[in-house]
Amino acid sequence: MKLWRFNGGLPSLAEHKNESTHLPIETAPVPSQLVYPLRQHIGNAATALVKVGDYVLRGQKIADAQGLISAPIHAASSGTVSHIADHLIPHPSGFSAPSISITTDGLDKELPPSGQPDFRQLSAADLVSLIREAGIVGLGGAAFPTAIKLDNQSKSRRIDTLILNGAECEPYISCDDRLLKERADKVIEGVNVLLHLLGAKRAILAIEDNVPSTFKAIQTAVNQNNNPAISAAQIPTIYPTGGEKQLIQTLTGKEVPSGGIPADIGIVSINVGTVYAVQQAVIEGKPLTSRIITVTGEGVTTPRNLEVRIGTPISTLIDVCNGYTQDADRLIMGGPMMGFALMNDQIPVVKASNCILVASKHEAVTEKQAMPCIRCGLCASACPVSLLPQQLYWFSRSEQLEKAEKINLLDCIECGCCDVVCPSHIPLVQHFRYAKSALKVQHHEKHLSNVARERFEAREARLAQEKADRAEKSRAKKAALKEKPAKETIDAAISRAKAKKQNPSEGEG
Amino acid sequence: MSFLILIVLFAGLGIVLGYAAIRFKVEGDPIVDQIDKLLPQTQCGQCSFPGCRPYAQAIANGEADINQCPPGGEAGIAALADLLGVEAKPLNADNGEETPKLVAVIDENTCIGCKLCIQACPVDAILGAPKQMHTVIAAECTGCELCLPPCPVECITMEPVVKTLALWTWEKPENAAQKETS
Amino acid sequence: MHFLTSNAPFIAPQNSVQRMMFWVLIALLPGVITMIWQFGYGVLFNIIICLMTALAAEALMLHLRGRPILPFMSDLSAVVTALLLALALPTLAPWWIPFIGALIAIIIAKHLYGGLGYNPFNPAMVAFAVLMVSFPKSMTVWMLPQALQVDSVSFSDLISLVFQQQANPELIDAITAATPLDTMKTQLGLNQTIDEIRSASVFGSLAGTGWQWVSIAFLLGGCLLLAKKIISWHIPVGVLAGLFVISFIAYMSEPGLSPSPTFHLLSGGAMLGAFFIATDPVTAATTTKGRFIYGALIGVLTYIIRTWGGYPEGIAFAVILINMTVPLIDHYTQPRVYGHK
Repeated sequence: MKLWRFNGGLPSLAEHKNESTHLPIETAPVPSQLVYPLRQHIGNAATALVKVGDYVLRGQKIADAQGLISAPIHAASSGTVSHIADHLIPHPSGFSAPSISITTDGLDKELPPSGQPDFRQLSAADLVSLIREAGIVGLGGAAFPTAIKLDNQSKSRRIDTLILNGAECEPYISCDDRLLKERADKVIEGVNVLLHLLGAKRAILAIEDNVPSTFKAIQTAVNQNNNPAISAAQIPTIYPTGGEKQLIQTLTGKEVPSGGIPADIGIVSINVGTVYAVQQAVIEGKPLTSRIITVTGEGVTTPRNLEVRIGTPISTLIDVCNGYTQDADRLIMGGPMMGFALMNDQIPVVKASNCILVASKHEAVTEKQAMPCIRCGLCASACPVSLLPQQLYWFSRSEQLEKAEKINLLDCIECGCCDVVCPSHIPLVQHFRYAKSALKVQHHEKHLSNVARERFEAREARLAQEKADRAEKSRAKKAALKEKPAKETIDAAISRAKAKKQNPSEGEG
Repeated sequence: MSFLILIVLFAGLGIVLGYAAIRFKVEGDPIVDQIDKLLPQTQCGQCSFPGCRPYAQAIANGEADINQCPPGGEAGIAALADLLGVEAKPLNADNGEETPKLVAVIDENTCIGCKLCIQACPVDAILGAPKQMHTVIAAECTGCELCLPPCPVECITMEPVVKTLALWTWEKPENAAQKETS
Repeated sequence: MHFLTSNAPFIAPQNSVQRMMFWVLIALLPGVITMIWQFGYGVLFNIIICLMTALAAEALMLHLRGRPILPFMSDLSAVVTALLLALALPTLAPWWIPFIGALIAIIIAKHLYGGLGYNPFNPAMVAFAVLMVSFPKSMTVWMLPQALQVDSVSFSDLISLVFQQQANPELIDAITAATPLDTMKTQLGLNQTIDEIRSASVFGSLAGTGWQWVSIAFLLGGCLLLAKKIISWHIPVGVLAGLFVISFIAYMSEPGLSPSPTFHLLSGGAMLGAFFIATDPVTAATTTKGRFIYGALIGVLTYIIRTWGGYPEGIAFAVILINMTVPLIDHYTQPRVYGHK
């Protein structure tokens, strides 16, 4: 199959997959407490449907989607709702956010699943609705509500290619790899559901070429499934080939227009973990309540992949992997390139959590002495989006954020390639993240000041209007006084005054 | 002879330029609008003008300097300097300091419903009616503090804006040069 | 359990300025060794004086500017500048030439513009140009290759030449001469043909005697840098292509009056310039297309200065002049961003 090459990237990034891929997936036990932050996806936070004290079952919806770009949340085990309050969330800010906490009862009772093995009888709209109700979001890390991605109604053109993203390019992470090694048949069933839903002509399941045994497993499943529209592809192992835009470019040579989505060029790309969740929801009738997570790093005794109930605190996962080692130095959610460090292990895993990396001091370098930029241009050679990180750095540093925006700062995917190759050890990704968030705040403040100006001008106009009205009234009154009143009016007034004099008690008092 | 040629040449060029000035005229924002766009619209009067637009007008007329606005801060002065092609200068400390954004909060226990703060607010951010409870609409409050002096019972305080996740920003990394000179 | 937090990416950096500079030094070794083999130990004086002065000047400037001395000095950038300058200077120049040169390069051309990463002009070339213009006579005391020397020169003679500027005038005549480029230019000016000029002993089969081997050694060093991916091919290929094309055109149109492209490529500082001087990342263009254009402009300008300019070797001035155009080149050669037309 013909492949294309995206610009730059890191072909020789150490992969560190073997640490966790040699053991099969183990099911983690249900913890005593499950915590669900209400926003675990892109879009509006979900709204709680339950109250403190309610008893819930596994698979029961505990929070509903709010608006179109949102997703519902389901309980992963049976128990009683203990709090609906702020709890620490897995986010680099270290903030807390409203979350539902459930104390599990250990019985793990489940809502009876209602699968639709005969999914081809369902219409696309019904399937999309089923997927939305199952709370499925992108499990590759983006957590975008999958139902919206699959909804053909809103698309500007037909989808002809479905890409299944199994290219786990970030070091250490191997959850998709184990999923494909062990459950490829179910993943392919999910692909069939999606093909039917989208009406696409072909589906390509892509993985990197550093895992040949997984490729064999996929090919077996594809052959057994016997759908000629589905094919498997091995792509060169270059970080970040698993990024959606880079994967699309590698497999089809096409580029997603800046500010647009893959559907604009007739492509939909879904992570293989999400496809498995679709299969579970549509065919087996189980909403999204668990996922596979890689727990790895020199800081954990037995690195491996776990099937985890969403909402489990990280400490439970570490315990299943036989606890921390002496070397545990950083707790990272995600991989070493794009992940973020967490403050403590009581934070729960959410739908988007794909890896917990407990890094030692030598796996996670934390202090870099930044030197001045020597303008070597290695960053631009490495950038998969063909940006000029050097220019972006100069603008971000000098707070010229509009200029940075003009040279496409917002197209940066924050992959970290430029950061890793920089010989001066400049923390480029940090600069760009800062610049992007400062730009967002700047746009927000601009918007606020526009609103304030409008309110001020409206107020001025209102006051001026009131003044004009008052002036008009008094002018009219004065004009009325100037005219000689008719004799009848004067006589009427005199007789009124006389009447009053005769009855002083009326009206006074 | 050559004198005549020069006259004709210059006249010709003059006609071309005049035509171009009319035919290719670009309708742009008058400078006052451009300056006003850069001001923070707090309408606080710290610059000694009754609002942002009069200050913009004064800058355009050359009556006021660009460094009079504390809510705009250093960034605002830099933007004005850029627009007008002049040197940026430090904020005029007589007018106040650049502070993080504050919003007014009315203590409901003390408010007497006198309406004086409502009349003072330049952006109508206070909701209320005579003898009814007054409250500040936090989203619309610009932090200008014009409501504090009129209040007879001093029930209004200025509080920092609550940090939300939506407006959280990453920290700016220090650079090597800055680290060393401190 | 609680943890401290820090920022992604967490992977250790793969590269460092020190590593890049280290490989540049290694790649210069073949050239240095060949120079010693062909011309004797004179070049070592230049190297030692330049190195010591440059390091002292760097330490002094870092201290005066309040920067941390050890991290900045251990990046070896001053060492590379010093070595490049030492190799560009004439081998028998008096000791104060490399001394002043190193001071100008480090203090004026590098630190007064802001230090590493901020200088717009190549420091070694600025120093060379200033010396060339200020002390023209001292800058033309070039040594003959040992193969062509009438008498052999002893170490003590060298010391007295360099440090005391006293020596037997006959000795100086015996061991110094104009460079091949200088000879070529002067003789062409006297209306000699190429064949007549090339028959002189100062010219070898490819270019100048002795100098051709030095250039080839620098070429090999440059190939090492390319293989190690310390530099990209755009600048060296640009410089050599620019120089080649224009000299080829001239050679084809007037073979009797223009030296061959081989002569140009292997003479003077062409190879040193193409692989080591023009590729200085701080002063070169940054975009890939821009780098090729930058290199080509340097090559063409070098030929122009060599043929019609006032100096026999043009690479130093060419590099500085084209350094000036780098912001313009960068502006017009920005790459197309993914997802944009």
